Amino acid sequence: MNDEIKIIWLKFFNWVMGNGPRPENEIIPPELPPDLPFTRTPDKKHSRFHEITISERLIQWLSLHGLHVFANFYNILSIIVCLLIIALMLMTVADLPPFGDFHNPANNEVVERYIKAGARETGAENIVAGMILDYRAFDTFGESAVLFTGAITVLMILGTSVKKDKSELKRLHLKTHSGFEDRNFLAFAPSLHIYRDDDAILRGVASLSIPVIIIMGCVVIISGHLTPGGGFSGGAILSTALILCANAYGFIKVHEFFSERTFIVSSSSALSIYALAKGYSFLTGANHINSGIPIGTIGDIFSAGLILPLNICVGIVVAGTLYGFYALFSEGEI
Amino acid sequence: MIIIEYMLLTFLIVCALSVSISKNLLNSVIIFMSYSLIMAVIWVLLRSPDLAITEAAVGAGVTSVLFFIALRRLAQMREHFRKETNQEIE
Amino acid sequence: MFTKLLLNHYEAAAVILSGIGLANLLLQKNMIKKIIGLNIMDTAAYLFLAAKGWVAGREAPILLQDINGEWITRVDTYVNPVPAGLVLTGIVVSVSVTAVALSLTLKLYEKYGTLNIDEALLAMTEEQKIHEAISEHANEEIAI
Repeated sequence: MNDEIKIIWLKFFNWVMGNGPRPENEIIPPELPPDLPFTRTPDKKHSRFHEITISERLIQWLSLHGLHVFANFYNILSIIVCLLIIALMLMTVADLPPFGDFHNPANNEVVERYIKAGARETGAENIVAGMILDYRAFDTFGESAVLFTGAITVLMILGTSVKKDKSELKRLHLKTHSGFEDRNFLAFAPSLHIYRDDDAILRGVASLSIPVIIIMGCVVIISGHLTPGGGFSGGAILSTALILCANAYGFIKVHEFFSERTFIVSSSSALSIYALAKGYSFLTGANHINSGIPIGTIGDIFSAGLILPLNICVGIVVAGTLYGFYALFSEGEI
Repeated sequence: MIIIEYMLLTFLIVCALSVSISKNLLNSVIIFMSYSLIMAVIWVLLRSPDLAITEAAVGAGVTSVLFFIALRRLAQMREHFRKETNQEIE
Repeated sequence: MFTKLLLNHYEAAAVILSGIGLANLLLQKNMIKKIIGLNIMDTAAYLFLAAKGWVAGREAPILLQDINGEWITRVDTYVNPVPAGLVLTGIVVSVSVTAVALSLTLKLYEKYGTLNIDEALLAMTEEQKIHEAISEHANEEIAI
């Protein structure tokens, strides 16, 4: 019993150690010279029998598919985040006070003061105009300054292209509009605004509608303290008139009365007039000095103290800036 | 009255969804323009005509014109790139 | 909760719109669509503010006259004018933000020839690698 186990164990041991009986046709490889430690360092990574570890597999797989998987993961995660935010905010909305109720916390004593004393103190028929141009005029001043800064930023970003030779462009412009059509002109002016085929419909509609738009804009600006509107909307309407003019008659026509210099001078002077006027009114108002600006009767055009000139200043800034955005985007210069 | 409000708000949400779904950039800008117009109607319903006139002039007018002009500039640049690559190939 | 949402329908719509705008900002690859998403988020905030100022059964904040020709200045006649003023500021500022973002997008397209933000980022990293290689080369030449 004991010997049998010993024999089996020996057989097993020999089999494990490779000392067992060998087949006749076995090819024994010649012995390699021993690896000296200084001659060759074994490179485990590139050896033939090295198995790829899991971490290396992960790195390889990530370098192949990682971006794709990350994009999918990002999409799913962002959808979940959006839905979560919507659900949370909907739960908050359900707990808000009912819509349109007088006793909401938004309708507090500030509103009461604006409505009760606004007409007497500012003289404006439109309470919103009296609020944003008298009580909260610094807010509006900052807003106009933000618009002007935005126009200057766009000028810095997009207006860095090489200045075109204006005399050459003007000559070509005259040429194209005097009946002689030069198709090569397109090569000189990649923006098609200077070159126009005779677009009779556009010009006819523009010549009819530009005066109406300008009158509308002026009315909206000037009666900003009486009716809805004011500097912002009126300025935007005026700028659409300028954009239509530039589209129908070309930018060179607009350049004759509204160039970059005009824009800078008019906008900055309007902003400084705004700042000076409003600074004076705040200085006197804070110290309870009579500012000497008449309020007039409510409902007249020349009433409401400083609101009318401030509206005109804001309108100039907005009209110039919005037209400037358009001109910079299509031409690279105002 | 409240049915009109619900309809307008649904239009708003549908417009916002279709802006994000539509493949063509010009389409999405036009849909955004209609979104601004619906918003102007909603300002009138909320009794703030100042906002309505400003949104109709600024949101639907000037912003859309800015988007259109940017798209046209992009198309011009694409033509320019195409010409350059054609010249390199030749 | 659903009936309350139907009562506060303007606020609920504003919340959903802002969520859609946020999803546009996160998920769209196209820069112009990202800018449109930003605009949608803006208008959602304005809608929420203006809805907070509305009071049922009142008129727009422009002074009315009574039969004798006197201006009515009672509080229970007009809606809240404060959100209108705030939103007026916001609308105009959002236009200038849009213009600046669009101009930056144009510059991006001019440099990399793509509107896709991912492709532009890949091109940017490759460009940075090339720059590093060039600077290393220059350093080696100086050392030699």
